[in-house]
Amino acid sequence: MSTKPQNAKTQNAETPPLLKAESITVEYPVGAGLFGHGGSLRAVVDVDLTLAAGECHGLVGESGCGKSSLGRALLRLTDVTAGRIEFEGRDITHLSTRPLRPIRRRMQMIFQDPQASLNPRFTVAQAVAEPLIIHRLAPNRAARSRRVLELLKDVGLDEDLAGRFPHELSGGQRQRVGVARALAVDPSFIVADEPVSALDVSVQAQLLNLLEDLRSNRNLAFLFISHDLRVVRHLCDRVSVMYLGRIVERADTATLFEAPQHPYTQALLRALPSLEPGAPATDRLTGEVPSPLDPPRGCPFHPRCPVTERPETCFDTPPGLTTCGKNHQVACYAHPQYPS
Amino acid sequence: MGDHETSGPLLEVEDLSCEFLTEAGPARAVDEVSFTVARGETVGLVGESGCGKSATALALMGLLPHRAGRVAGGAIRFDGEEMLRLSEKRRRDLRGNRLAMVFQEPMTALNPVMVAGEQVAEVLRRHRDMSRKAAWEKTVSLFEDVGIPAPAQRVRDYPHQLSGGMRQRVVIAMAIACEPALLIADEPTTALDVTIQAQILELLRSLQLRTGLSILLITHDLGVVAQLCDRVLVMYAGQIVETAPVGALFEAPRHPYTVGLLRSMPRPGSGDRTRLPEIPGNVPPITARPTGCHFADRCDRTKARCQDHPPLLDALGPDHHARCHFPVTSPQD
Repeated sequence: MSTKPQNAKTQNAETPPLLKAESITVEYPVGAGLFGHGGSLRAVVDVDLTLAAGECHGLVGESGCGKSSLGRALLRLTDVTAGRIEFEGRDITHLSTRPLRPIRRRMQMIFQDPQASLNPRFTVAQAVAEPLIIHRLAPNRAARSRRVLELLKDVGLDEDLAGRFPHELSGGQRQRVGVARALAVDPSFIVADEPVSALDVSVQAQLLNLLEDLRSNRNLAFLFISHDLRVVRHLCDRVSVMYLGRIVERADTATLFEAPQHPYTQALLRALPSLEPGAPATDRLTGEVPSPLDPPRGCPFHPRCPVTERPETCFDTPPGLTTCGKNHQVACYAHPQYPS
Repeated sequence: MGDHETSGPLLEVEDLSCEFLTEAGPARAVDEVSFTVARGETVGLVGESGCGKSATALALMGLLPHRAGRVAGGAIRFDGEEMLRLSEKRRRDLRGNRLAMVFQEPMTALNPVMVAGEQVAEVLRRHRDMSRKAAWEKTVSLFEDVGIPAPAQRVRDYPHQLSGGMRQRVVIAMAIACEPALLIADEPTTALDVTIQAQILELLRSLQLRTGLSILLITHDLGVVAQLCDRVLVMYAGQIVETAPVGALFEAPRHPYTVGLLRSMPRPGSGDRTRLPEIPGNVPPITARPTGCHFADRCDRTKARCQDHPPLLDALGPDHHARCHFPVTSPQD
């Protein structure tokens, strides 16, 4: 049924990846108050991620799992504590602001709340022109206006809206402005952090179609951060599932949804309310995500894990990802393929 | 409290209209909405932001913002009583007692400087005239009922010491403290993670089985509706545009808006990565609603008649109504 026969992931055998992140760890200092020699919160722990040009990689997990921190770290909006980020063949992990500037053009972000990410005093045209000015991408005023109108057209906004302010737009229109701003600098990689979560259902489909068009027409790579599994399944080539800062499972989308291997992924999929009325209620995951300030020793998921026969290591050392099938990795000691 | 009517629907809303004051004058947020909720029934009120679903709930509770909003007409009969004619005192006696509400964001529904248990105990003392000790003991058992682990300790926690899921359980404990006949739940799981959402939905379901309470569930999430509701009301731009038993609504929706909503949700097997069917355009703002059918400008079935003749909510099947001149007859239609 797929409309796209040539898939991003099939072509990455020879071509170098667009983005390669290795062992990324992000820590935030916490509690460094008056008396405290505060500790640190490990938002992202030892995460690897590789993206090919034009690939859409879904990153799912519950609030506080570190998915937004990872997205921001990849764009160098948050400093990494450890690890290495290579983007378009260049190590950008420790680049300072000035050499980073041209690279920032190639990697952009779309935020969840377009209301909060747009300057309320800028018109649509000014908002979209701003990145063109900052990166000196238009030789003169006329060229800039032309480019702004082009961009508005690319994201499906009527040019009549150019003079409007954000509060005069609907949520969907504002999010299109956010997309136009990201596109203005001609990026190759976009981190989209919950880009449709704040939108009404009837408008979500419009935005998802727009993102999919951009991906296929411009060969844009996306890290698509979302808690909405339906949307991720629809849009992404590959999916990583995050829990308490770590990737616990990663697979091609169809595999992940049809044959999830990690007990947490399985629970997430079961928890998704079915659109079939009267579908039997399945067993629920009990308990809650532990605080990242005080993560459990061993596997981060062990306090909620429904697996009954578990090796002792679960309670002692966090498992790393291990291959359990074609393009499929899981971090679970109880998995039959996990090397003992 | 013995002599409540036992026949007839628990809640009957008839031609309810609500207005809000806007810069452009009064605007009709809720436009002649009529529906019923039977005893023990769960009714879903679905729609997008600004469709009037929360305003309807606030009107039912008598909690429309003072001055800015008002009921402009209609009737609300709850358990045989005409709510809109009640004194404010009688309404207060009903609220939190026979009629309770759960809001989307539990943090705003809880007092941050009062321990969680005290907030529930207060409700019991107010409505049940319980002693401090009895109310506190009942609170601990309510915490247990809503699945809060170590209830005897958690009752002493302040809201900020509890997780989002636990806070929502406290709010639910508060709502069910006096065994209400009707629980109005406005997006009770929207702020929660999906595994916690599943737990809260399960809790609502089991409470209902145990106590037989009626639930009016307000949500934008069709998945939640499919899981929990017996009957569904779909609202669009201030009006109910379709009502049906949950099975019929998902299998054979008749209003083009409902059809569009259901189609636009990505589903497994619908052809991953293909284009999603869109509903074009945007919800009309409350101050500029069309004179004819409110959905006409976004509808792919629009004809001239839709532009100037407002359609009525017509009966199309058993307990199935749609507000459309040209209702959809089959999924392929």
